[in-house]
Amino acid sequence: MSQSRRSLAAAFGAMFLMASMSLTACSGGDQSAPGSDSGDSKAPAASSDGSYDVSDATITFIPKQLNNPFSDVTLSGGTKAAKELGFSDHQTVGPLEASSSSQVSFINAEVQAGTNVIAIAANDPDAVCPALKEARDAGAKVVTFDSDAAKECRDVFINQVESKQVALTMLEMVSEQIGGKGNVAILSATANATNQNTWIKYMEEEIASNDKYKDITIVAKVYGDDDDTKSFQEAQGLLQSNPDLDAIVSPTTVGIAATARYLSTSEYKGKVMLTGLGLPNEMRSFVEDGTVKEFALWDPAQLGYVAAYAGAALQSGAITGAVGDTFTAGELGERTVEEGGIVVVGDPVRFNKDNINNYDF
Amino acid sequence: MSTPDTTAARKKRNKFLKRVWASRDTKMTLILVAIVIAALVLVPRFGQPRTLTYLTLDVTTTLLMALPMTLVMINADIDLSVASTAGLVSASMGMLIHGGMPFGGVVVICLIIGIICGAFNGFLTAYVGIPALAVTIGTLALYRGLALVVIGDTSISAFPEWATAFATGSFGKTGIPYVSIPLILFIVIFWILLHKTPFGRGLIALGHSKEAARFVGIDTRRSRMIALVLSGFMAAVAGIFYTLRYSAAKSDNVEGLELTVIAAVVFGGVSVFGGKGSIWGSVCGVFTVGVLNYALRLNRIPEVVLVMITGLLLIASVVAPSVATAWKEWRSKRQSTPVKPTQNPTVGAARA
Repeated sequence: MSQSRRSLAAAFGAMFLMASMSLTACSGGDQSAPGSDSGDSKAPAASSDGSYDVSDATITFIPKQLNNPFSDVTLSGGTKAAKELGFSDHQTVGPLEASSSSQVSFINAEVQAGTNVIAIAANDPDAVCPALKEARDAGAKVVTFDSDAAKECRDVFINQVESKQVALTMLEMVSEQIGGKGNVAILSATANATNQNTWIKYMEEEIASNDKYKDITIVAKVYGDDDDTKSFQEAQGLLQSNPDLDAIVSPTTVGIAATARYLSTSEYKGKVMLTGLGLPNEMRSFVEDGTVKEFALWDPAQLGYVAAYAGAALQSGAITGAVGDTFTAGELGERTVEEGGIVVVGDPVRFNKDNINNYDF
Repeated sequence: MSTPDTTAARKKRNKFLKRVWASRDTKMTLILVAIVIAALVLVPRFGQPRTLTYLTLDVTTTLLMALPMTLVMINADIDLSVASTAGLVSASMGMLIHGGMPFGGVVVICLIIGIICGAFNGFLTAYVGIPALAVTIGTLALYRGLALVVIGDTSISAFPEWATAFATGSFGKTGIPYVSIPLILFIVIFWILLHKTPFGRGLIALGHSKEAARFVGIDTRRSRMIALVLSGFMAAVAGIFYTLRYSAAKSDNVEGLELTVIAAVVFGGVSVFGGKGSIWGSVCGVFTVGVLNYALRLNRIPEVVLVMITGLLLIASVVAPSVATAWKEWRSKRQSTPVKPTQNPTVGAARA
């Protein structure tokens, strides 16, 4: 009797201790109490012209997934802008895997925290919608960046470039590399990724409608789920099942790096072309050893940077997100809200042997 | 005359109380209460009606699958294909709605798909005799592949407004979500099934020893089959709920949740070797993990830490009983020698 009671009390106590330790151990130190607008905000950093007063507001970035190189660069731009703007608190939270529903609980938590601005790269346009709606009903401003949510659940969408422009750039590059004709395969992220699917759709439409590309056929579409190992295996499978493949287009940074790694040690190196969207730092060695001729990307840091400024402009009431609204995005200058509540950051940059060493991200 | 009577009665009552006090269910309930209190004290934002809504909605999918998983694992089987079944159901649901079928018909077909998936697992496991682990690892991939075949890379979200509102809404200001009603119903049904019917008691016997169960006249094949079919059926229910909650039918829905389900069930006291476990324990297990995750997330603890904490919890809950047994044995050995046992009060703390 006493034995079981004692062990039970001990269990109870240990559990409580464990829980309290885990809750407190990680909450201290690196931040002021979240959500408490106790007025202990830092003085706004010297911001450039067109500054917005957000000293009593909080901003939270929710990327598609944490620990993804692309997300990390995007967020570095976002946090830089948040500091410049002088938000009282800026946070980054997010799931470990980029599945469609994984972000919902994070949005819910931000609603409970009373966050003023939520900047999110949606994994799925519909899955996050009800949660974002609730956030907006609670008074938060919602800015989507990189990957949009359904129109009615956000204020503005920060788009790196026109989707069509990305698709055309990739198509142009692959066409140049294979001499305007041949078999092309696409290695994408997840089967449901919003932006990848849009680009692929535009590429297909352009091939169908433009005579310049009439000899290019897309023979396969595979999905590496933005997972390094899976992308590597998919690339391997592509070349085994399509021996007469001329090029692979991978519109995702994880996919292109994994494919390049496979190609660089295979017999196809230099024979099968690879292009798409990649990070210069990850692709540098493959460009130098001739596995990859040219690939493209925009500067992801600018994406987060503009997103934070758009959020600040919305929060301070300078803009409402209506078409034609203009705001100043810090050092990048003025940006305009276009049709559909979209703000465009800029054109993609093409990276090749000549210019890749000028970029560090 | 009456004295021995009352002492006997008291003894009996004491015995009963002791049994209740020492049972795993009581411990699980206390752990859950402790976690909730800790969350309320340490995470200021936890005490909102919103918490109840979001938290319940977050754990619903897991809970729906954990109920039949308890039955399956008590049989010493396992079903790893639940999340893939839910994914296949979600994909089918999207395509059927897209094809213009009325919502009621879609739900019926989805439930049938779930039953078929479960029956396929059950047939291979119980009647062909392949271990459940091998079968369901196979069907985990198979059903996920079928989901991709069914829906491809599209995402469908044209579900009736009232259905999605039901899956995400709550009763006014109370924060109690609508889905809690069917949820409670399911919990009660499974509790009765496992603890109050000959079938359920047969499962526990079967998990202890298949041979013994067969000798006392339990149709072990049929019992295992039924448990796996139920698992498929509930996975379908979970898939339907998930699709409506996130108003998106896609091929990768519910991916990877099977491990969360199994972890919560094992944490709730179900033995991986079969023969041990209860519905209430599993419910507490699901909610404990859910509350812990939710509270940590509210405090913006990085996901990496969160995953590690859940892992540690699981290991602790599996190791604790063995440690306790070893400790008891050691104690009884010590007591047989005439040395005064020294009590070390901290050793019991390993039982988390």
